[in-house]
Amino acid sequence: MIEGARWQRWLYFYCPLSVFVLGLLFPFYWMLVTTFRPDGELYRPWNRANYTPFWTTNPTLEHIYYLFRETLFSTWLWNTMFIAIVSTLISVFCGLLAGYALARLRFRLAGGLGTSIFVTYLVPPTLLFIPLADVIRTFRLADTPWALILTYPTFLIPFCTWLLMGYFKTIPKELEECARIDGASRIQAMLKIIFPIATPGILSAGIFAFTLSWNEFIYALVFINTPHQKTVPVGVVSELIRGDVFFWGPLMAGALLGSIPVAMIYSFFVEHYVAGLTGSVKG
Amino acid sequence: MTPRPDASARRAIRGASGSAAGLEAVLPRPGAARPALLGRLLEDERSLAYLLLTPTIVLLALFIAYPFVLGVWLSVSSATVGVAGHFVGLKNFDKAWNDSIFRTAAFNTFLYTGVTTVFKLALGIWLAVLLNRHFRGKRLIRAFVLLPFIIPTVLSTFAWKWMYDPTFSVINWGLWKLDLITTRVNWLGDPYLSLISVMIVNVWRGVPFFAISLLAGLQTISPELHEAAAIDGANAWQRFWRVTWPLLLPVTMVVVLFSVIQTFADFQLVYVLTGGGPANATHLFATYAYQIGVGTGLLSEGAAISLAMFPVLFLVVVLQLWYIRRVETR
Repeated sequence: MIEGARWQRWLYFYCPLSVFVLGLLFPFYWMLVTTFRPDGELYRPWNRANYTPFWTTNPTLEHIYYLFRETLFSTWLWNTMFIAIVSTLISVFCGLLAGYALARLRFRLAGGLGTSIFVTYLVPPTLLFIPLADVIRTFRLADTPWALILTYPTFLIPFCTWLLMGYFKTIPKELEECARIDGASRIQAMLKIIFPIATPGILSAGIFAFTLSWNEFIYALVFINTPHQKTVPVGVVSELIRGDVFFWGPLMAGALLGSIPVAMIYSFFVEHYVAGLTGSVKG
Repeated sequence: MTPRPDASARRAIRGASGSAAGLEAVLPRPGAARPALLGRLLEDERSLAYLLLTPTIVLLALFIAYPFVLGVWLSVSSATVGVAGHFVGLKNFDKAWNDSIFRTAAFNTFLYTGVTTVFKLALGIWLAVLLNRHFRGKRLIRAFVLLPFIIPTVLSTFAWKWMYDPTFSVINWGLWKLDLITTRVNWLGDPYLSLISVMIVNVWRGVPFFAISLLAGLQTISPELHEAAAIDGANAWQRFWRVTWPLLLPVTMVVVLFSVIQTFADFQLVYVLTGGGPANATHLFATYAYQIGVGTGLLSEGAAISLAMFPVLFLVVVLQLWYIRRVETR
């Protein structure tokens, strides 16, 4: 499909694409190099002759050791994992039921409820975090994982509902009707016919919701104060910086290791993730 | 869907006769009426719909609708942490309006959203067009390109903060080696440059989202249209503006509006990179609301500042709803 002379291909295609890919990936490479670079090499000013930006001759694991021995990094990893999994399960469950109801059942408030769920999908967390912190305190949830497990669904459920609604609309109604003629109840038709067909959609919603909750920052920052209860993003921000001193080695090691679970899940399910991403804006 | 009252009616009759039989026999199945009632409820379209929507509605009411109402109340009260406060009218908004930092934050937020959206869109379309070609390793490249979007923002932003470090910046090293600079560039410490530095990170993170969403839109455009235009003598540039762009517009609109909302309410990038500094030069609505509401504990003023985002967000949401309706009914 790539036509034209060789130089044209390079000029219009390979060069820009390489620049894009390098630019988009360089920060991750920088994370990786910094993680394994010893402190002595790390803190060399950029205009020194011995500044070797792209490699290190003495790779070290000291930053990773520091992270696991001197900080609560492993606890944060576990917290984040637990919170992301439980809130994803809750959201996919709710989104599945709500999406089915809005896409398949006819009732008076269907249009209104569909619109309001879409609107909540667009509410950014930064609009509500101050009153929500108050609500969390009232419910005595502050400083517990449940503060996050129960609030993450506020942006995950609308997303899952919206995505699955779109998915259900693509499943022909006849399938359900056949099952009903054969004597299945509505619930049976939903559980045994429609939901199994929607598995790819459910997977997309789940993967996307998981990465969103792994990524979430402001709620975790505001609702959680005890170091033991923090998630990876908040722990890295608040515990690896002492006053004005940045421990760049452990910080980058934390950033790298904190990204790996999401990156792994993503790499296994790229297609589902992309389907979720494009479905989330298409509706 | 064809209405089939016969099925539910049949079931209802069966349920009724079942319980009637139970009444006649009295003792054997005293609880039979309840499953029948539940079955009828589940079979009824409306009651099933409300049942299925209950968990969602409860969660969203508790953690979105109620906080929203509470936020409106807080913004017109004098509440601080631990103090309930009383009604003060629009005092908090008035105070914010006369606060030069708030004005800077408002100006920054609009500038930040506007500039980054233009760049994200332009670069996103460009990357999408590149990725839409057939080449070896396409799937791999596409998977890698999306990484900035999926890796937790705070963590990748730290990599940027390290790359921007005034003393150890690899970017400075690169520019210096290319003979573009002679002295150091203080990416985050210079009040004029710092917002641009934050914008660069936002564009970096947003381009993959634009590119992959627009790529999905591009893939729905039939290549025959391009071939036809090429036969008619249109060059690549004309083909893009006359064929691709109009067909891509619906997806583009939705992606842009979606991104505008996220960018307008952005918090993480500024919080990590500059914390609103230097000298409050890079605050956005959200970071300033955080500083006042959480940092200083002035709940009511913080709530007022974050609610100041509401009119714009509301407008964008309405625009988006209107646009989606229009596309759907067309």
